[in-house]
Amino acid sequence: MPDADVIAFEPRDGEPTVGPSKAARMVGNTGPKPPAPKPDVAPVVAPVEKKKRKKVLVEPDPTQDEPNEIDLIPDEDVEGWMEFARRRLRGDYSVDDFGFDPELTDRVLLALARPLYKSWFRVETTGLENIPSDSAALVVANHSGTIAVDSIMAQVALHDEHPGHRHLRMLGANLVFQTPFLGEVARKAGHTLACHPDAERLLSDGEVVGVWPEGFKGIGKPFSQRYKLQRFGRGGFVAAAIKTGSPIVPTAIVGAEEIYPMIYNSRTIARILGLPYFPITPTFPWLGPLGMVPLPSKWLIHFGDPIPTDHYPPSAADDPMVVFELTDQVREQIQQSLYRLLIKRPSAFG
Amino acid sequence: MSRTVLVTGVSRYLGGRMAAILADDPCIDRVIGVDVVAPDSPIDGIEFVRADIRNPVIAKVLGEAGVDTVVHMGVIATPKQAGGRSTMKEINVIGTMQLLAACQRTPSVEKLVVKSTAAVYGSGPKDPAMFTEEMEPRHSPTSGWPKDSAEVETYVRGFARRRPDVAVTTLRFANFIGPKVQTALTSYFVQPVIPTVLGFDPRLQFIHEDDGLAALQHAIVERRTGTFNIAGDGVLTLSQAVRRTGRSSVAVPSLFFSLVGRSVFKSGLVDYSDEAMRYLTYGRALDTSAMRDRLGFQPAFSSEEAFTSFVRAYSDDAEADVA
Repeated sequence: MPDADVIAFEPRDGEPTVGPSKAARMVGNTGPKPPAPKPDVAPVVAPVEKKKRKKVLVEPDPTQDEPNEIDLIPDEDVEGWMEFARRRLRGDYSVDDFGFDPELTDRVLLALARPLYKSWFRVETTGLENIPSDSAALVVANHSGTIAVDSIMAQVALHDEHPGHRHLRMLGANLVFQTPFLGEVARKAGHTLACHPDAERLLSDGEVVGVWPEGFKGIGKPFSQRYKLQRFGRGGFVAAAIKTGSPIVPTAIVGAEEIYPMIYNSRTIARILGLPYFPITPTFPWLGPLGMVPLPSKWLIHFGDPIPTDHYPPSAADDPMVVFELTDQVREQIQQSLYRLLIKRPSAFG
Repeated sequence: MSRTVLVTGVSRYLGGRMAAILADDPCIDRVIGVDVVAPDSPIDGIEFVRADIRNPVIAKVLGEAGVDTVVHMGVIATPKQAGGRSTMKEINVIGTMQLLAACQRTPSVEKLVVKSTAAVYGSGPKDPAMFTEEMEPRHSPTSGWPKDSAEVETYVRGFARRRPDVAVTTLRFANFIGPKVQTALTSYFVQPVIPTVLGFDPRLQFIHEDDGLAALQHAIVERRTGTFNIAGDGVLTLSQAVRRTGRSSVAVPSLFFSLVGRSVFKSGLVDYSDEAMRYLTYGRALDTSAMRDRLGFQPAFSSEEAFTSFVRAYSDDAEADVA
């Protein structure tokens, strides 16, 4: 993809201190390429768009998944898949209190996201040592990319690359849980509603919990605002961490901003559809379903140095000053880490 | 100390079994069963009083027998059991008011146990994964049995304030299930084809009928006041439950679910009200740590095991029919 270099990120490489205001100037001319640049490696299945994936999940059909799996997990035998299918059809498996279905997640959901992680976005993950292997942690990351693919990639990273194969249990907006299929898959993949009781319950159970405090402000921001952290909700996640004494791991994800560069947000369509925003990208909705293929940007994920919270008394969770300060500290650390990763990345699609 | 227990709703399955269990309990001397209609078969060891809790006669029964413990199981879940929604509402709400009024006037009453339901939490996308007893519903129930139960609980709280000397225990049960009990949900699961809401797979929680009755008995015998969630451990998703019944299901878009349900799938006690649809869309789960720690009760069956016992009993029945 020779023309990919044209994407004007280079200036930033040299001068990291220049804030994202520079990015703002680049809006007009930055239009990243339509999905013409086909990366050499991507397997046929890679750009399975979200909706399609969900349908496969409702009825896990081993024969359909098999071809994808064979090149990923060569040892996976047909017998195992048959047994898996039989058990699924009998309902002979268990889910946890949140509706998390570990078997389905490991065998099917993560397997579907893996080609994206490995071949399409070529994600490089660092700082995994900052995530404990068997105790609770709160991963707080930046949110971007119009569709929350970044959270899925973070989940793959923690499961596949962390020695403890941790499942990232994310907290999502209620819109997720009221949307057909999406809500169902989210619960099965281990995620739950962003609310205090759920956050505390997961952390006290020793889970790695993921939050994206920018929420829709983060994923639904225009391309011109890329890598510029938005406001961090009300800091509820910090309170949950303090209450349970769990470390906060500020996490930076670089790459998601370029997958669906949103050049315009059609508020009218968004209002009609009841969505928080409606993205217009160089490819969507012009190319129809093809416009939903994410651009193959290069991704870097860094799990930063953990911020311990166990030295605070639990009552500190009710002290707004402590909560705000800690929230700011987390936000600052993520922003710094984003700049560092951007310098490290040769180019947006390299 | 002699104990006289009055149980409402004894002519229905759970009420009748409860009365029989209490009659066998050595710490209880006398069991009085009350209902509008007589039970199908007389229950050994209990005195049955055919009385309508909707009128003040109940006060007389309470006073004359010197009742010290009242077990309120008279709230009806489906209109079919009552003969129409308005009768159901009257029995549930006015009946409870009359019963509580009578309790308030009867000095001998010192304990009230109410069988309520987890449906008072409602269900919807903003619900936390698990409800604890002190949480307010995020989507308050607006109709039918869940709304009646929420109102019943309000009256019970009012009563507890007016008679602080009475130990009041409210048990919020997950869906009863088991080999014998018949509810809207058991009827739902025995349909040849089970309709589900397209794109949703709710989490369901069950309490085995034996465990539910044991929890009530525990609450009656022990003096633990407060409100407690009662459910078997763990959850099942609807799709999982359907697969375990071995039946087929058909996904219906939520927009048409009630309509299709009422017209095509109408059978038995199955409930296709909007409230029921919300439950089949979003589900609900209860935190039961208070049940274990404060009430001191541990169900023998998990949600999964309770459901299995239901499925097994039903497939045995089907085999017996074939034979």
